[in-house]
Amino acid sequence: MITQAPNYNRRKWVDRFMRGLTIAATGLALIPLFLILGYVVFRGASALNLDFFTKAYEPPVVGAAGTVGNAGGILHGIVGSLLIVGVAMLIALPIGLLAAVFLAEYPANSVATFVRFCTDVLSAAPSIIVGVVAYVLIVQRTRQFSGLAGSVALAVLMVPVITRTTEEILKLVPHGMREAAMALGAPKWRLTLTVVIPAALSGIVTGALLAFARATGETAPLLLTVLGNNNVSFNLLAPMAALPLLTYKYTDTPFPAQNTLAWGTALILTLLVLSVNILVRWATRNRLK
Amino acid sequence: MSTQDGQQEVRLIGLKPFYGPVQAVMPVDAVIQPRSITAIIGPSGCGKSTVLRCINRMHETIAGARVEGKVLLGEQDIYAPGVEPQAVRRRIGMVFQQPNPLKMLSIFDNVAVGLRLEGRRRAEIAERVEMSVRAAALWDEVRDKLNHSGLALSGGQQQRLCIARAIALQPDVLLLDEPCSALDPIATFKIEELLSELKQQFTIVIVTHNMQQAARIADRTMVFMVDRSQARPMGMLVEEGTTTQIFTAPRDPRTEEYTSGRVG
Amino acid sequence: MAQAERLSTWQVVQQRMRHGDVIFWLLTLFFALIVIALVVAVGYVTWAGSAQARTTFGIGFLFQDGWDPVNGKFGALPAIYGTLVSSAIALLLAGPLGTLIGVFLSELCPARLRQPLSFLVELLAAIPSVIYGMWGVFVFVPFFRSAIAKPIANSIGKSVPLLAGPVAAGRGVMVAGIILAIMILPTIAAITRDVLSVVPNHQREAMLAVGATRWEMIRLAVLPYARAGIIGGLMLGLGRALGETMAALMVIGSFKDSIKPSLFSPGITAAALIASELPNANDDLHASTLILIALVLFGITLLLNGLARLLVWQAARGPTGSVRA
Repeated sequence: MITQAPNYNRRKWVDRFMRGLTIAATGLALIPLFLILGYVVFRGASALNLDFFTKAYEPPVVGAAGTVGNAGGILHGIVGSLLIVGVAMLIALPIGLLAAVFLAEYPANSVATFVRFCTDVLSAAPSIIVGVVAYVLIVQRTRQFSGLAGSVALAVLMVPVITRTTEEILKLVPHGMREAAMALGAPKWRLTLTVVIPAALSGIVTGALLAFARATGETAPLLLTVLGNNNVSFNLLAPMAALPLLTYKYTDTPFPAQNTLAWGTALILTLLVLSVNILVRWATRNRLK
Repeated sequence: MSTQDGQQEVRLIGLKPFYGPVQAVMPVDAVIQPRSITAIIGPSGCGKSTVLRCINRMHETIAGARVEGKVLLGEQDIYAPGVEPQAVRRRIGMVFQQPNPLKMLSIFDNVAVGLRLEGRRRAEIAERVEMSVRAAALWDEVRDKLNHSGLALSGGQQQRLCIARAIALQPDVLLLDEPCSALDPIATFKIEELLSELKQQFTIVIVTHNMQQAARIADRTMVFMVDRSQARPMGMLVEEGTTTQIFTAPRDPRTEEYTSGRVG
Repeated sequence: MAQAERLSTWQVVQQRMRHGDVIFWLLTLFFALIVIALVVAVGYVTWAGSAQARTTFGIGFLFQDGWDPVNGKFGALPAIYGTLVSSAIALLLAGPLGTLIGVFLSELCPARLRQPLSFLVELLAAIPSVIYGMWGVFVFVPFFRSAIAKPIANSIGKSVPLLAGPVAAGRGVMVAGIILAIMILPTIAAITRDVLSVVPNHQREAMLAVGATRWEMIRLAVLPYARAGIIGGLMLGLGRALGETMAALMVIGSFKDSIKPSLFSPGITAAALIASELPNANDDLHASTLILIALVLFGITLLLNGLARLLVWQAARGPTGSVRA
């Protein structure tokens, strides 16, 4: 006879309840996601106009009735961010790439283990700490806030991301390809440059994109190194504007026009981060996890 | 240790296991006699384990898998609507190919786990654990280390621990899926001896790829083969009967091919 | 995955001697060493930069109340308190929630929903911290203030000092903790999901075969097996919360002088303190003290992350020895 245990009703109830709880927890996690994205999209969209993209800082205009007119645009932030992150990429990409090549092509030695450990340490370091280091090393020494100091800080944050993802993708390149090239007489440097890296290129690009997206959104290190600038500036050796800094600055002002700019900037940043993440997810959809 | 009165036979009626849309085995009709050992033999891929796992409703734990047909324990269809698989597994226990003591539990807790779930009292649990471990011929080896991890035991001991765990619930039927394939010959022998004793109390069904094992311990044998004449290869039950008859006077030529080693 | 055969020493030397190969090896080695140099630089700079503060105060300043550099008061206790309490709140909220989400994604979720839902949960981690802060200031803090903080402060808060008013602008330690919880949730959920999915199936089958319900199987076989990895995930989440700067800075209220008893009152975290004051430090001692706080923060997150990775690495290795995640 197939019967249930005497305590089955309670166990069934607990089972259903806990399973429902896990579903509820997942739903609960998605609520802030949609709330944040939703607010950013809706409030940020109202900020997007021609002025937004073409003007730099303009003092808020207080009209006769006390109403506050618009407060310019964020061109200085766009230019600043592009420059700062661009230079950071220029610094971080070679380091990350070549370090990853070292780890992938000469894997079994103690230096490699230590380098991996250091990559882990760097990726775990809070971004504020990296900002502090850049502040001490560059800003204090040169007595000057500069876009370059910001680039250096961001580069330090980007290196572990690029190294990790590049090493992973290089390791996925089948050994057979290397061996075939070696059998044809190609020296290691040649086969790495002409066979291995091109085969891994899409993965390397996604790693670089991820690092780019992360760096563009970083604020804390820039607070300590770049300071901010109200004008469009191409001078990396002086303070510059940056998108996340503008978001921060315009959040705490009493002028609604500037608050709107904050939402607009947030929208730009969010769109960037979202599109990179979706792109990367789509590009790596076939890679076994 | 005795099970309920009126040991019941297990009847498979038109049993068809599916993996998603794919039917894995041709409809199986068979009767498993109570208080005996029935062996299921056949080449790999013929669906032996799949059919076995249908008997205690473990097949459906695989995502997308389902079962059509009936399996009767006595008069009751275990696949009838309203019957929960969890209740079926109280009465039909299973021992797996790889010994799988629960890693985070002690030996005692491993055997007691089913009983604890049911909320039995502490004294009753202790009593039943000892009974089961004795019945599994393991008591002398573990009586002093009941609160040690099950992983400290050898493979053969672990498997006997899993048997003790299964019989602690005093099921009607005990299913074993190639229980000795990961064990050395001596451990295998001990388990075969154990099963021959246990059949006095339980209905035992054992899947084995080792024909000699079936010949040694099984009262009845079911022979499965792979039927390649269909669009996709499917398993099918070819012949069923007493072990002696299957091995000495098989009725179906495919059975003879398999048991003589020409196929599979 | 096929492994290349180990080349004999002569072949290795022969290969290295090939024209250009030595240069290549040296080049890549150089850049790999740069990575090491970066870590050394971080350690050295924070150590050296904090020298003045270390010799002046010693480690005791961490336990002194009151941060008022203008008047020479350098007590970091409010910052330590704010960091610990907001991170604790974050962990208390995100820990159980993240574990439940990990259980769902690994054990209970239909296969075709797993990837999309995991992606959505992980998207929370991709949102920049400053946007969390901004959304907090404009949306969440006002909501929290009127819908949660004020009602509680006016009811239970009258007898429980931890929940007492006044709830001024709404920014405070508790709301910072909640936003931090949202930020670390994806970390805990993703790691839990990963360590649960490498629990071997035979453990699940063992539980099911003795008549356990799905939840009993998870609670008694799967979760205990992955316990070390789950704890590692919690530690990684905690490490993230400790080091989080912008969101905390924007919603915690920047009150640095002392510790207020209520969780609804403003406070400050270590990271927020550094970010808000270092660029405008009054003098060398001020800057040095802030760098000392940075050093302490770095040390703690390093320790936490190191331990956590050990636990997760062990758990994620699984019985076959293959590394996941």
